[in-house]
Amino acid sequence: MPKSTEPFWWLLFAAGGTVAAFLVPVHIILSGIALPAGWAREAFAYDHILALVSHPLSRIYLFVLISLSLFHWAHRFRYTLAEGLHLKTAWLPVPIACYGSAIVGTILAAIVLAKL
Amino acid sequence: MSPFHRPPRFNWWLENRAYALFVVRELTSVFIAAYVVLVLLLLRNLALGREAYEAYLRVLATPGMVVLQIVAFAAALYHSITWFALSPKAMVVRLGEKRVPPRVVVGANYVAWIVVSAIIAWIVLGA
Repeated sequence: MPKSTEPFWWLLFAAGGTVAAFLVPVHIILSGIALPAGWAREAFAYDHILALVSHPLSRIYLFVLISLSLFHWAHRFRYTLAEGLHLKTAWLPVPIACYGSAIVGTILAAIVLAKL
Repeated sequence: MSPFHRPPRFNWWLENRAYALFVVRELTSVFIAAYVVLVLLLLRNLALGREAYEAYLRVLATPGMVVLQIVAFAAALYHSITWFALSPKAMVVRLGEKRVPPRVVVGANYVAWIVVSAIIAWIVLGA
């Protein structure tokens, strides 16, 4: 990975870490705990969620949440793999697989959100 | 292998509590990524229509998925706490000549976190 690209990936990591720190816990409480427990049946009804998510601001919000969280993961996982498995951090397949997955996820999120 | 070359060891992080916590912190990102993939799949099924969406909600409520999401919640909390704890180091806030104490910066993060979480919960549940 060219050294000159490091600040770019780091910036995405830092932005993603901040977004995830502030937003992911409440999202998991809502869709991971309240929904299966049956406390939020009306809120998660198809028409309500479709209306909520179709708003342009919601789509931008969800795009940022998904994409930046994935880049946050990609950066951390890249270095954890390198350190845990004693690989050279410059060894290309690891960063390509990690950042590549985040890029694919970002493109899929854009397509899905554009179609809603 | 030369006699001077030690074979690599892969369990270095289990030898010390600080190393183990470091690796746990790094691996919280795996659960955060897994969770946003679940959100992406929810949106995909929402786009496919009512039946696909409702079938997906039933999948989310199966025991295995509930366990996964509870573990992801614990990981996300640990990420938030460690992230906020680092914030005064990443961002030195000054008021005039004085540096705002790190504790105040961390506290401001927690207040913002609670406010943001409440707003999101209100939008999803109440609005």
